[in-house]
Amino acid sequence: MANKFIVAPAPHMHNPHSTQSLMRDVIIALLPALAVSAWVYGLGVLMVTAIAIVSCVVFEYIFQRLFLGGRQTITNLSAIVTGLLLAFNLPTSIPWWIIVVGALVAIGVGKMTYGGLGKNPFNPALVGRVFLLIAYPVQMTSFAQPSVSGYVDAMSGATPLASVKALAADGSLAESLGSVDLSNMFIGMMPGSMGEIAAMALILGGLYMLWRKVITWHIPVSILLTMAIFAFAVVLLSGEKGAVLYEFPAFHLLAGGALLGAIFMATDYVTSPMTHKAMVIYGIGIGLITMVIRLWGAYPEGMSFAILIMNAVTPLLNKYIKPRRFGKTSAK
Amino acid sequence: MKTFPIGGVHPSDNKCWSKDKAIEVLELPDVVNIPLAQHIGAPATAKVAKGDKVLVGQLIAEATGFMSANIHSSVSGTVTAVDMLPNAQGIRQMMITIKREGDEWMPEIDRSADIIRECNLEPQAIIAKIKEAGIVGMGGATFPTHVKLSIPQGCTAEYLIINGVECEPFLTSDHRNMLERGEEMLIGVEIIAKALGVKHAIVGVENNKPDAIANLKKIIAEKGFDIKVEPLKVQYPQGGEKQLIAAVTGRQVPPPPALPIHVGAVVCNASTSLAVYEAVQKNKPLVERVVTITGETMATPRNLLTRMGTPITKLVEMGGGLKDGDVKVVNGGPMMGRAMVNLDSPVTKGCSGITAFAGEKAHRVEVEECIKCAKCVEACPMGLEPYLLIKLSQRQMWDRAEEERIPDCIECGCCQYTCPAGLPLLDYVRLAKQTVMGIIRARAAAQAANK
Repeated sequence: MANKFIVAPAPHMHNPHSTQSLMRDVIIALLPALAVSAWVYGLGVLMVTAIAIVSCVVFEYIFQRLFLGGRQTITNLSAIVTGLLLAFNLPTSIPWWIIVVGALVAIGVGKMTYGGLGKNPFNPALVGRVFLLIAYPVQMTSFAQPSVSGYVDAMSGATPLASVKALAADGSLAESLGSVDLSNMFIGMMPGSMGEIAAMALILGGLYMLWRKVITWHIPVSILLTMAIFAFAVVLLSGEKGAVLYEFPAFHLLAGGALLGAIFMATDYVTSPMTHKAMVIYGIGIGLITMVIRLWGAYPEGMSFAILIMNAVTPLLNKYIKPRRFGKTSAK
Repeated sequence: MKTFPIGGVHPSDNKCWSKDKAIEVLELPDVVNIPLAQHIGAPATAKVAKGDKVLVGQLIAEATGFMSANIHSSVSGTVTAVDMLPNAQGIRQMMITIKREGDEWMPEIDRSADIIRECNLEPQAIIAKIKEAGIVGMGGATFPTHVKLSIPQGCTAEYLIINGVECEPFLTSDHRNMLERGEEMLIGVEIIAKALGVKHAIVGVENNKPDAIANLKKIIAEKGFDIKVEPLKVQYPQGGEKQLIAAVTGRQVPPPPALPIHVGAVVCNASTSLAVYEAVQKNKPLVERVVTITGETMATPRNLLTRMGTPITKLVEMGGGLKDGDVKVVNGGPMMGRAMVNLDSPVTKGCSGITAFAGEKAHRVEVEECIKCAKCVEACPMGLEPYLLIKLSQRQMWDRAEEERIPDCIECGCCQYTCPAGLPLLDYVRLAKQTVMGIIRARAAAQAANK
């Protein structure tokens, strides 16, 4: 018989998921937001994205080759995801070399120094973004005004979060919201980082990932719910009444990096907790820290910092929050 | 639809290949090799020697001690050897070789097709008959049935749960038995329920077998059985003993060393119930069983009524033979079955199917780095953290592995099935589990010695 018998312990079947297929699904889920961004800000968006992706992949290749050795990991597409997410966190007007520096920090410092994929404690794209935010604050916060007409001019605008924060400093919450249009924010017509503006497209991407079972609902829902409840409580305590009661929470969910962070950044496998219970605690932590920074911190946006802080808490959550054990019912 | 409370995966069930194939009687083999160890516990002791003439159903090896099972000849003929022969994994074990001559059965065995419902035996007499017939769990675990039905002091059985789940992909032998021999199987259930003195008898069937569910319900209604059929969600490992009990009764068996009986449940496989019927009502010992021969590359998948000791090659032939090149032939289903190297090895009591894989599917997927996606934690039906256990096992941190409850593992393979990085999670967990169990036993022995 011309057979070679393969022997291995069970199981002898494997589901069709692989690291590569999961990463491919994340990339697909990010495409609608990229399309909206290109529609709002023009084709410069695609240029920034391309530079970010190519630099991330090249840096990962170089670091793997020179320092880590072993098999190349760029084929698992995770560097492309990092590049995409980094680009999503940048304004369109950013000089190309800053993108490259960001990619170097994201992949080099954020990922490969720890030993590559699976070993980094912090979300690499966020490490890159926060580094750039601190190192190049001016370039990182010069946001173009959205113009569907195509080419983006140099005219820059403040993000809704920044303008609302400035207005809220000497007025009521309701008045501070006067400058924003929630339905425009939902579509993506607002100044901001490339990938964070398109609320609708980000939600679509999130639903796709849920459907493909790439992520579970626990992290995004707990972050967004915490933020909404927190914002609602702030309005309640301020004593203001009327539409602001729901407009203020809605504004915080749509503004800044809330959706991008909750759906795509906080759900990063490597840096988020392992059990559903811990995921919810992690999500609540991110939601709370984000709102505290947004309302009372020095920065208008706190999502990146909140995620990085909770990344640091993740190992602790993994250690102490254990899954529900079969056979250990509370009744007994 | 009911299901178990934690974890689980949804492998494609692949029942389509053989589920509509009626049970066929496999041509009698010329020679059978009957192993003395076809069950959990001590191997049986041979009662025949070379040259002895035997009949079908004749006792040829007797249970050794409490946890063991009788073994009967599956053919009539002459014993040609009682010797060490390689089993499916190539490991030598004691087998009785019988050269077949005709097909003569022991006279007390009722081979007619008449269905006998009435059973006036006392519980002890039923269990004695089951023991005599050498019946063991036919779902693959091969736990001696008479031991299972002997309820320990201080425990009472409330539920008899019949496992007709057949959650292993590909396999359809229980399915066919429930369809074609439903009434006999239900009588078997009735007999077991009587032996246990239970109030509730429930047959759990996964919902991918609507025809079997309908058939059992119809027979129950027509013939007035006091048995309930519970359709269950299609989710692996629904047929795991603890998972099935939880799905049907809502009760969770506490962590080891607790047993199902501690929540008042006894679980028996569907085909085993049929064997019980045959043993008690027809005096027929366990000498044949339905084996599914299947696989995506099999030309003619089938369900074959096979005599114990028949060489597996014979079944593979009936299935259409193996494709050239790399193959993996599994004794059992793809999730928990064992890959074989020696196809001349015999069919045994626990063999519910032979599943063949060819080409790429015969191999494991490529291994990558763990990306902590948490899918293994989500999939584990026991609430363990396989990603952590593999690391503890690789680092030989046995104390930590025990703290992380590694003895709870039921080795269902959900973690490894679901891992996108293709990590050999269960290989390492199994290794650590065996080591930790050894440590626990040694500690208990040392404690006992100190007293």
